[in-house]
Amino acid sequence: MLNILKAIWSQLVTLVEVLRHTFSKADTVQYPEEMPYLAPRNRGRIVLTRDPDGEERCVACNLCAVACPVDCIALQKTEDEYGRWYPEFFRINFSRCIMCGMCEEACPTYAIQLTPDFEMCEYDRQNMVYEKEHLLISGEGKYPGYSFYNVAGKSIKNKDKGEARNESPPVDVRSLLP
Amino acid sequence: MPGWLIYFIIFGTIFGAFGGAAVLIWFERRLLGIWQDRLGPNRVGPLGIGLALADVIKLFAKEDWVPPFADKFVFVFAPTAIVMAMLLGFAVVPFAPGIHVIDLNIALLFFMGMTSLAVYSVMLGGLASNNKYALLGGLRSAAQMVSYEVFMGLSLMGVVMLTGSFSLVDIVNTQAEKGWFVFSQFFGFVAFMMAGIAESHRLPFDLPEAEHELVAGFHTEYSGMKFGMFMVGEYLGLILISSMICTIFFGGWLGPDFLPPIFWFTIKTFVFICFFILLRAAIPRPRYDQLMIFGWQYLLPLTLINLLVTGAVVLWL
Repeated sequence: MLNILKAIWSQLVTLVEVLRHTFSKADTVQYPEEMPYLAPRNRGRIVLTRDPDGEERCVACNLCAVACPVDCIALQKTEDEYGRWYPEFFRINFSRCIMCGMCEEACPTYAIQLTPDFEMCEYDRQNMVYEKEHLLISGEGKYPGYSFYNVAGKSIKNKDKGEARNESPPVDVRSLLP
Repeated sequence: MPGWLIYFIIFGTIFGAFGGAAVLIWFERRLLGIWQDRLGPNRVGPLGIGLALADVIKLFAKEDWVPPFADKFVFVFAPTAIVMAMLLGFAVVPFAPGIHVIDLNIALLFFMGMTSLAVYSVMLGGLASNNKYALLGGLRSAAQMVSYEVFMGLSLMGVVMLTGSFSLVDIVNTQAEKGWFVFSQFFGFVAFMMAGIAESHRLPFDLPEAEHELVAGFHTEYSGMKFGMFMVGEYLGLILISSMICTIFFGGWLGPDFLPPIFWFTIKTFVFICFFILLRAAIPRPRYDQLMIFGWQYLLPLTLINLLVTGAVVLWL
């Protein structure tokens, strides 16, 4: 008998609790009109950034393509007249991409970066394949002022790292630790 | 009563019931949204009210398909039966003094007969579909409705004893003298409400449909307007049960004088419709054996004791 009364009481409490939600605000975000806040580190559309001089940061090392778990990145190395590497083509198939960010972590030059943009729907599947001209942006992305070639020098006979022309002092990796 | 008035009332009842059922499609989703901290439909027209119209257009425009393995005649007949039975049930509802289609002296029996006829619709629909899920849904609904009908009738007998009549108009008029029957017949009210939910197979007791187990239960094979008829029948049943609870236990059209009686009737019915939707939003579906145990082991003794006590009070006090 007590159990029955307890069960009935529990049902009534449920009804009252749900009825109280009449006065609570809906949790819905009306998406197309009302954009949700996305953190700057949100992993969305992938871009290729440029260094402060406006040159491509990508050195076509293929580490991103190797790191990519779904193999959606394809690129071809080529060299400019000074022997520096750059990609001849750089292609990301976004219909395969899972926005995991492995490529960004693998990139030694901060060239490939993920942005908070996620609105990439297309009616045609072919349009999901982004070529280099679609991926390249004119800015520096999340690492302003970073230039790979300025910090990538090598110590030679009389000059230590970062002392040659056009070089910045090397990054102190320990200071980056939290 | 002039001849044209009765036609006016008949058509008013039919269109009011259908219109109410159509608006309920929208209203129920909207209320469920509010109670589940969502918004509900809000795209078609102001507050999404256009959804009711859009749904009706969609149902009419869909392909009217009969599966080749179905029993064709019964398959087509089943959805019409529930709508007919429910609409006939509305015939005895007194909306206000003088505003009713017919004042039968067996109105309660007529109402219960009509709700029992709705069982055929669900059962035949499940049987004619020739589909195992539909068959299971039909079986369940037959057992559920037949067993809940038993004490649906018994729960009303207390009211009948106090009134001395089966006529709904008499029942309301008696409540003007004796007060609402929800106070003197509280357990009858509880049992009738439970049975009403089970009869119109609304959500806590919607085991004939049970989306999680039986795809869509008895209307698995139905589409287009035939499915629409089942849905309209369900909403008509909801309105009918609400108006019956309002008439039998909450004094029908009775209320303070500042509003006309039909408004009081509408307001009370509306409150019960909202309550049924609240039940749907709040309470999960029981298991099938629990449903049967609840009916036969708790509600049936409850109504019998209620009947006994009421009989004793009427006899000796």
